[in-house]
Amino acid sequence: MNVLVYLVPMALGLGLTALFAFLWSMRSGQYDDMEGAALRVLSDDDVET
Amino acid sequence: MPETLDLSIYVRRDGATAHMDLAVEGVGCAGCIRKIENGLLQVPGIVEARLNFSNRRLAVTWREAELDAGGVLLALERIGYHGHPFEPERAEADETRHARRLMKCLAVAGFAAMNVMLLSVSVWSGSDMTQETRDFFHWLSALIALPAVAYAGRPFFQSALRALRTRQLNMDVPISLGVLLAVGMSVAETIGHAEHAYFDSAVMLLFFLLCGRYLDHAMRRRTRAVAGNLAALKAEVAHRFHGSELVTVPAAALRPADRVLVKAGERVPADGVVISGSSEIDESLVTGETGRRAIAAGATIYTGSINHSGALTMRVTAAGEGTLLDEVERLLDKAVAARARYLRLADRAARLYAPIVHLTAALTAIGWLIAGAPLHDAVITAIAVLIITCPCALALAIPAVQVVASGALFRAGVILNSGDAIERLAEVDTVVFDKTGTLTLPGPRVANAISIDPELLETAARLALSSHHPLAQALAREAREPTPFGGAVEEPGQGVRAVIAGAPARLGSPAFCGVKVEATAQESGTSIIAFSHAGRTAVLAIRQMLRLDAAEVVAELHARGLDLVILSGDRPAAVAPVATALGIGNWQAGVNPVEKIATLDRLKAQGRRILMVGDGLNDAPALAAAHVSLSPISAADLTQAQADAVFLGERLAPVLAAVTVAHRARTLMKQNLWLAVIYNTVAVPIAIAGLITPLIAAVAMSGSSLLVTLNALRARTGSSTRST
Repeated sequence: MNVLVYLVPMALGLGLTALFAFLWSMRSGQYDDMEGAALRVLSDDDVET
Repeated sequence: MPETLDLSIYVRRDGATAHMDLAVEGVGCAGCIRKIENGLLQVPGIVEARLNFSNRRLAVTWREAELDAGGVLLALERIGYHGHPFEPERAEADETRHARRLMKCLAVAGFAAMNVMLLSVSVWSGSDMTQETRDFFHWLSALIALPAVAYAGRPFFQSALRALRTRQLNMDVPISLGVLLAVGMSVAETIGHAEHAYFDSAVMLLFFLLCGRYLDHAMRRRTRAVAGNLAALKAEVAHRFHGSELVTVPAAALRPADRVLVKAGERVPADGVVISGSSEIDESLVTGETGRRAIAAGATIYTGSINHSGALTMRVTAAGEGTLLDEVERLLDKAVAARARYLRLADRAARLYAPIVHLTAALTAIGWLIAGAPLHDAVITAIAVLIITCPCALALAIPAVQVVASGALFRAGVILNSGDAIERLAEVDTVVFDKTGTLTLPGPRVANAISIDPELLETAARLALSSHHPLAQALAREAREPTPFGGAVEEPGQGVRAVIAGAPARLGSPAFCGVKVEATAQESGTSIIAFSHAGRTAVLAIRQMLRLDAAEVVAELHARGLDLVILSGDRPAAVAPVATALGIGNWQAGVNPVEKIATLDRLKAQGRRILMVGDGLNDAPALAAAHVSLSPISAADLTQAQADAVFLGERLAPVLAAVTVAHRARTLMKQNLWLAVIYNTVAVPIAIAGLITPLIAAVAMSGSSLLVTLNALRARTGSSTRST
């Protein structure tokens, strides 16, 4: 069962990383405009024609 | 005289830059985002422009040295969009903060539920696990679950504490108790090297409940954002005197003692007293009367009245100074105070549920003790009963239906102001309608449009676009192509003239157009205007018209067994034809706000539950006094604030949809409560027998929550009966 010594912290660490990533993305306003984000990807401002 | 536009009340300054939020009309596709943002960024001075597509709001930041708020609006106008500045309501900002907090709690609970479940599943399936490993896993679970419960459980704990302080029981009391006991018992069991711990049940429970709460909140926030935008779109401007100079300001910026000019055809922007000028005003939004009142200096006028003929200068007075408003405010205070706080279905269920559950748990402990079980086992079994009965399904049963039903109502054009309106709507047995603006359209319309040559009508309607007169504006609504003719000249008090397709055209009073009108055409409440173009003439009768689908909706409501009543402030001669056309036998005309309330009280004394539908200022107290109330979006602001829900559009169908969806929602709520009861009658005996394991608890809880949520989704179909 020695494998638990590093597997458990790794599992918890990954989980916590995901949690903080989510909280960060929420704080930076990424969920404020859910519909707009889906549409913005369609406009090609960066493509020179 | 050129007028300047002063929007300073909407602008937030931060050093050299200024910021403003705008509700934008006509945003419909991906292209709009790019067009608006890029278009504005090309304007010198604008630093940032960001459009939120979900709520159609634009946030603009600019350098004040180079541009002012009016310039931003003008720039947006040039791109082709109308922007309406608005100040986010305080309530909306509070809700946004609250939603963020709920979301954080939800994220923490989700993280904890996943990780604790990972450990729990290992414990459940690892039959050959040593006791040390099991204890290690339980301690790890405690390490995750304790902080998570302390953080994510706060919304429930706080609400439960608030309820207990006022010596009441709500659903959060048994929830909090269940979660805390589950965690507490698990810690005690872990210390005692026991086989079972319930950390997973506690965090999973919180996760499910927070999901329900967040969804409920998100729906309410969305409808509030739409309501906020509509308010901004409706917000009107006023022409305020600064010395002898006129400045256009938003009506919201007016203060008592301001002097304001009200031009012909405009709405009165605030309550006040006329200083100079004379005119006729249409007070249908205030009193419900469709006739016009002649006024001169010294007369009191109210917000929402339409100035028909001459320009008026008025002095703004504080609300409540005038006689009618005073009366309305006084009645409102009384009606609001008299309205007993409605006890929600969920709270009623909680009042019944909590004592039963707690008593069962206590009896279980006593029963096991009498049967000779050790104290530890008896207490553990009792706590297991509390955990399994923790009203996960019960707490989701009603919010889940409410979320789905308010979504269905939103699609049908009804925006809810209060959370429990759906439940109250379902209990209604009598519908009381106001006439003007509710059964009839908010503005007058051309009554004889069918009998006029379409081409001639279109020309007349497009010419009417050039006039500010209220009658012309009614005609202008008929225009299929809303582009005015160039070179139109308005003759004050007579009409407009222009040269169209090489021939002179005139629109206005019959005398102005040289048209003779037979005396018989003059009905009461009908205004006549005439149009002549290239030798052809038309006489247009303009009056209040019923909403297009009023008759069908009224018939359908009747067919559902609802009693219908009309209470109008208008003259009997104007109300009688409407009542006859709709087949409503029970009507009263010339009713003032006091009498409206008295009539409602009389109906209430007969044990009736009343739905009041009204729009006028004179309806506001009656709306507050009724069991539940609806207002069209065109209603006076004070009236809208009193209504439980607001409906959009020119049809009456949303009223029918509201009743239909509410009925369906109530049936589903009751079904869900029964499902929760059935779940408990199955699970509780198992718990009392002491056979519950954490695995059974986890499966039972998630299973019942899922079942209740799926059942709630059926409320979506409630909107399919709406006519489109």
